[in-house]
Amino acid sequence: MTSLKYRRVNVSDEHHLRNGALKAHSDLKQGSNNLKNGYHVTEKVQKNGNGDSFYQPRVRGEDSFEEAPMYVAVMTYMGYGIVILFGYFRDFLRAVGLEKCHQAQEREEQKDFVPLYQDFENFYKRNLYMRVRDNWNRPICSLPGPVFDVMERVSDDYNWTFRLTGKTIENVINMGSYNYLGFAENNVDFLKTVAEETRQYGVGVCSTRQELGNLSIHEKLERLVAEFLGVESAMAFGMGFATNSMNIPALVGKGCLILSDELNHTSLILGARLSGATIRVFKHNNMQSLEKLLKEAICSGQPRTHRGWKKILIMVEGIYSMEGSLVRLPEILALKKKYKAYLYLDEAHSIGAVGPTGRGVTEHFGVDPNEVDVLMGTFTKSFGATGGYIAGKKELVDYLRSHSHSAVYATAMSPPVVEQIIRAIKCIMGVDGTTEGKQQIRQLSENTRYLRSRLKEMGFIIYGNQDSPVVPLLLYLPGKVGAFSRAMLKRKIGVVVVGFPATPIAEARARFCVSAAHTREMLDKVINYNTQHLTDLSYLLWYSFVFFLNCYS
Amino acid sequence: MKHAHAQSRDSVKMAAGQQWVLVEMVQAFYEAPAYHLILEGILILWIIRLLFSKTYKLQERSDLTEKEKEELIEEWQPEPLVPPVSKDHPSLNYDVVTGPPSHKIIVNGKECINFASFNFLGLLDSERVKLKALLSLKKYGVGTCGPRGFYGTFDVHLELEERLAKFMRTEEAIIYSYGFATIASAIPAYSKRGDIIFVDEAACFSIQKGLQASRSFVKHFKHNDMEDLERLLKEQEIEDQKNPRKARVIRRFIVVEGLYINTADICPLPDLVKLKYKYKVRIFLEESMSFGVLGEHGRGVTEHFGVNIDDIDLISANMENALASIGGFCCGRSFVIDHQRLSGQGYCFSASLPPMLASAAIEALNIMEEDPGIFRVLQDKCKHVHKALQGTPGLKVVGEPLAPALHLQLENSTGSRTNDLKLLRAIVDYSMDRQIALTLARYLEKEERFLPPPSIRVVVTVEQTQEEIERAAQCIREAAVKILK
Repeated sequence: MTSLKYRRVNVSDEHHLRNGALKAHSDLKQGSNNLKNGYHVTEKVQKNGNGDSFYQPRVRGEDSFEEAPMYVAVMTYMGYGIVILFGYFRDFLRAVGLEKCHQAQEREEQKDFVPLYQDFENFYKRNLYMRVRDNWNRPICSLPGPVFDVMERVSDDYNWTFRLTGKTIENVINMGSYNYLGFAENNVDFLKTVAEETRQYGVGVCSTRQELGNLSIHEKLERLVAEFLGVESAMAFGMGFATNSMNIPALVGKGCLILSDELNHTSLILGARLSGATIRVFKHNNMQSLEKLLKEAICSGQPRTHRGWKKILIMVEGIYSMEGSLVRLPEILALKKKYKAYLYLDEAHSIGAVGPTGRGVTEHFGVDPNEVDVLMGTFTKSFGATGGYIAGKKELVDYLRSHSHSAVYATAMSPPVVEQIIRAIKCIMGVDGTTEGKQQIRQLSENTRYLRSRLKEMGFIIYGNQDSPVVPLLLYLPGKVGAFSRAMLKRKIGVVVVGFPATPIAEARARFCVSAAHTREMLDKVINYNTQHLTDLSYLLWYSFVFFLNCYS
Repeated sequence: MKHAHAQSRDSVKMAAGQQWVLVEMVQAFYEAPAYHLILEGILILWIIRLLFSKTYKLQERSDLTEKEKEELIEEWQPEPLVPPVSKDHPSLNYDVVTGPPSHKIIVNGKECINFASFNFLGLLDSERVKLKALLSLKKYGVGTCGPRGFYGTFDVHLELEERLAKFMRTEEAIIYSYGFATIASAIPAYSKRGDIIFVDEAACFSIQKGLQASRSFVKHFKHNDMEDLERLLKEQEIEDQKNPRKARVIRRFIVVEGLYINTADICPLPDLVKLKYKYKVRIFLEESMSFGVLGEHGRGVTEHFGVNIDDIDLISANMENALASIGGFCCGRSFVIDHQRLSGQGYCFSASLPPMLASAAIEALNIMEEDPGIFRVLQDKCKHVHKALQGTPGLKVVGEPLAPALHLQLENSTGSRTNDLKLLRAIVDYSMDRQIALTLARYLEKEERFLPPPSIRVVVTVEQTQEEIERAAQCIREAAVKILK
């Protein structure tokens, strides 16, 4: 650890993401202690947790948001500066006709219409995204398991269009898919029931739940989800995104207040916006910020009229998909009780993935799931299917059955997908008579700890909680975003990289999603290539240079 | 003072001209009377105080003490999270379907002929489709475990997009994993705050949600009333002339449905296209009910009217009706469609369509392409049903003869929506006892902008035989006579 590099761990509430390097030196020690002890300490907890202690409180573990050394931040802004300047230069070349414009053009007949896109909207896409576009939407042609086959594609016009070469890059290690428990599989024996349902039902439903699309297997799934989560009732929906965006408006409306974490997923934001409620945003996982907003809201009431709020809904996620951090559930529950607010917990990434038996963050913290008013989650990730659920008290679910936008207007869930979820949940619960599910959960947790601790040991800056299978590795430099992903693919590792606007401008990162299906060898391979490529400082310059030139190389 | 003198002397030495002003000022300072100086000093202090004091003193006074705050928090009682729902709420207790919702459907334990699912082409029961889905299941499993951007793009997705584009004869198509989310994501991808959308009053709920998400100005015109639309467009034209600079950046869109799900009639597309070029407005067309139904090859309302598909800026449809799979798609020119790959929220931020559902949709498209006769059959059946239902006492048929999903509304409302619904539900129950599965059209009464009157949905599929249609019509007639008296 150099003097330039402050290790800062989010120990208490005051330590909030990017809130400056206060107490850097005292944390320095604490942080490295945690790092050394963390693995063993929590290991013990985990062993305890495998018993029947469902509501036993456990160590939360820390969310770390280590700050980058100063020179990296400077280089990062410089990187963006160069690319933006270069972008203006190229726009100028395009305007005077020296460079060919590859963009699709408006039809001749409609040239005199108001332009569909404003020019500055497209600046980022045209000049920055286009250079690294090959790192996203990579088509694959196999199961999204621990390894997959990527279809090779090349571009003859600097990423404006792609051409599939017909070749495939086989057995690429999949660090990108949300296949936490390894239920993305195509083993014929496991999928027997899914195949049977397909044979019997076909794939569609052709009607909504409220009309004639309420199949008995939908009800079976909902009972099972409620049982799995340990709550009274549940309802399932065909799309995870829509579960949020189409149900929040049923719960809150005008005169209600939504307090939303600043890093909440788009679907939550959209749902909040569609509801017509007032939205206020608190700092990520910051309890002071939340409490301040709660206090203020109740004391001053609605803006202008000062009438009291009808209700206040706090919206948080279990695991934040870009940061890998875990919600501070016990603290939030305490605040919610104190201020009589309601809690909407989105467990898209955490259900199945955390907690000794995969019941999500409530189990992880040893909290009774009935204390959370609205439990939401998706089936896309841990269950290897698609769709989402909302669970909670019977009154809540009954109300949604009659008032959810999804129940009235959207086609019901596909029967084979429903069967896949049932199969996965049964496996996790162990009611299929195997211990497979339990093993997978343990394996996931081991893999997570292993990857996280190894990467940390090597000095990489990793965000998030030690128990979160979402592992963001900070890259910072815009040039690295593309170069890292390409270099990893060359070594047959598929990673997800994200930069602005999905992250703050100076915090571009790679994201690894750990799966129970990953073997130790696969993880070792990932770790080794990471080190080879990222530790060498000379690469920083080299990447920036390559990035700068790649369009003309 | 000496110091000041020295300074001014220095500056005089350094430069001439301007510096004299400074000297004069200093001299004036000496000459001014003391009371003047004191007054000026006070004024300056006053200004400084004004600048640094808080602007609103009133607020300070109304600040609450900690104790008062605690009392307020103690007193505040929120409404319950959800209002209680009575046990016999009409939309709480769903009909339960056991087994597949195909041509023969088991509703609440009774086997019926299906007149309620949007399985227009009967592809839900197709063995070919099921087989393709099974093959896909064997290869890819079920879920994609990721959004399209992050390794959730499978070869079958690319193939389906290509096939849809080819089928619709457009440059590009984009698929969504949920029918409802398709148009609801597409509209806000283009239309932003400040833009203007002209929309038909009868537009379906997903369009309404898309409009809401876009935060644009929404102007409703009367259902299928082109004069009313033109009136709004003219109004806007006058508005534009007042502020031509602003008008140059306000995007305008007309959003219509090809075949309205709420009214079962077809939009006057050729007139709309004329208005489009006259007033330079783009057209977004939602074709969930008309795709795979209207036109010689099932391409929808553009083919039905012989309108050049390039004149429509964006067509969206779901794959959950005629194609009997799951999901939806948008198609049009690449210039328009490609934008959604970064801006369509339901596309970017949601897991992609399970490959087996995409494979099923591809096979359904194959069947549609191989046998275009199927659309003729469907259209004939639609006409047949429409005709057979005419003259049902007390009920009127709403919709065009070509519509595959008609509405039966009460001729004379009882004056209360709840009672109307009860009467219609009694007819549905009567028919279900006689093996005809029907359903009420469901709406969220408080959320719909223009709530359609209560109705029974009658859905036509190619699998219904002449005899079954006659039986259904007979059954509905009996029920109407008996219940509506």
